[in-house]
Amino acid sequence: MFVNIKVKPNFQTIQRFNCLVCMEKQAIIKVDRLAKNFGSFEAVKDVSFTVNKGDVFGFLGPNGAGKSTTIRCLLSLISPDKGTIELFGQSLAKNRAEILKNIGSIIEKPDFYKYLSAQKNLEIFARISGANVSAKDIAEMLDFVGLGNRAKHKVKGFSHGMKQRLGIAQTLLHKPELIILDEPTTGLDPQGIVEIRNLILRLKNEQNKTILLSSHQLSEIELIANRMVIINQGKSVVEGEVSSLLNSEETLVRIELNDAVKGERIIREKLNVSAVTQTAANELEVNITKIRVPELCKALIDADLAIHAIEPKRKLEDYFMKIIQS
Amino acid sequence: MLLKNTYNEFIKIVAKPRSYLGFGALTLLIAIIIFAMKADGETIVSFITASFEQTLSFNGKLVNGNLIAFIILQMLVVHIPLLVALVTGDLISGEAAMGTVRMLATKPISRTQIVLSKFIAGAIYTLLLTIWLGFLSLFVSHLVFGAGDLIVLNSDGLVILQEADILWRFGLGFCVAFLALLTVATLSICLSAFAENSVGPIVSTMAIIILFTIIGSLDVTVFDTIKPYLFTTHMASWRSFFEDPVPYDSIYQSIIVLLIHIAVLIGITLYKFNKKDITS
Repeated sequence: MFVNIKVKPNFQTIQRFNCLVCMEKQAIIKVDRLAKNFGSFEAVKDVSFTVNKGDVFGFLGPNGAGKSTTIRCLLSLISPDKGTIELFGQSLAKNRAEILKNIGSIIEKPDFYKYLSAQKNLEIFARISGANVSAKDIAEMLDFVGLGNRAKHKVKGFSHGMKQRLGIAQTLLHKPELIILDEPTTGLDPQGIVEIRNLILRLKNEQNKTILLSSHQLSEIELIANRMVIINQGKSVVEGEVSSLLNSEETLVRIELNDAVKGERIIREKLNVSAVTQTAANELEVNITKIRVPELCKALIDADLAIHAIEPKRKLEDYFMKIIQS
Repeated sequence: MLLKNTYNEFIKIVAKPRSYLGFGALTLLIAIIIFAMKADGETIVSFITASFEQTLSFNGKLVNGNLIAFIILQMLVVHIPLLVALVTGDLISGEAAMGTVRMLATKPISRTQIVLSKFIAGAIYTLLLTIWLGFLSLFVSHLVFGAGDLIVLNSDGLVILQEADILWRFGLGFCVAFLALLTVATLSICLSAFAENSVGPIVSTMAIIILFTIIGSLDVTVFDTIKPYLFTTHMASWRSFFEDPVPYDSIYQSIIVLLIHIAVLIGITLYKFNKKDITS
């Protein structure tokens, strides 16, 4: 005898099912051939990328590349003209509300109701977050972002950094699985930037959150992202693991020394390294494996050269420029 | 989610200083009218009744709470739309100007629910403003001037309404006045969906009211066909409750026209807001 059982799967069961079926990493965001025009202006032409569960995913591109438009499409602020967006294995177009329950976001800068207090603002957003957020949760979250003592203060008196922290609180309040941060450190002082960076790392390491991070701070992406995509002129140009894209075995070293010509010759002859360039009268740039950096220093010192400075150059910057210029 | 966001919207309205402008302005205006009528009311009313004194003799207290309430309503219904639009014209565009629309639209609430919750909150605000108008004009006027029969000068002539026959007319009159103000509120919310700042919708709402009122008052045949469909034509329908007999057919027609305006304007707002790319 056959028993026909019809089960209407809910959102969570679909996610778990997807997780079990796919032995590989679960795709949290899947963007395929996204395109968006504003009148005759093609803001996004062909953007595709995949963000897996647990990724800190760097979203890079020069100004006007289409980053913000893509992120706004992901959050249903903008309707794409072409392409598909899947979040948590579900079509954004069909399951918008269910999907957005699991997303926390800051787009460019967090804006709040200036005439309301920090606490009231969080209450307002918590009420429509789709989760049960208690007053205790709000108080704890304000403490977490260091605004516990300003809970009752109106937002109009807050600095940019404080608003940014309140934005982070609003993003995390309903315990979302996916966090989308569009330029979260813009306008912050160095301390604020470090705080946000540490917070992102904590969210990844302690809570295994998936984070999509769009930033102009390439060093930031290099430090915290494990995967990235670079988009340029509305198209995704390259996507992959940060370490493999940057070939983390190698490093670019900038050396300031008293005789750059002699230094270049020593490096080429003694170390047999050809990727050495004189960038200024007393400056060299050497592409070398990390393990050989002590050997490089020793060779220069043995040749009686005075080393005034030696520092690793951010590889992502070079890689980014190379990709964008090509 | 609709109720939760309606509660949110109401919190925002309550917290905005501009929301109290309407209540403050109404209180001040009514206080001025009551003061003026207390000081010089008898002269003003005798000027109006002078033309009838050869055929009619008036006994009793003509300047009473009912007459003052009627005068207040007559004078202020023209101005209250501005006070309503001041708040409702900001409901969507204010969010765009502040940037909070971005935060709102990334929450698991549909855009239709966002618009409807704003409409409901705007309607509650309009209702409270109408109730405040009713309270001040009726209650305070009665306290200051006492009760009495109401004389109303209509286009057909003078109507004298017995004291016991007045309160229900005010009640229903305020209901129709509320519907007219709700139409204004809906118009400003609709315009607000097209704008990124709150000044535009407020000014545009008043411009439309002024334009339609001028068209309605012009005695030009070309406009005769459109006049019955302009909401401004029906904004003074509350006054029909003070005719004897009450022209219910005309009032029902006005209510239908106003309701159709509200429905169409909500429809346009929903369409626009749902299709809108939020780039601010």
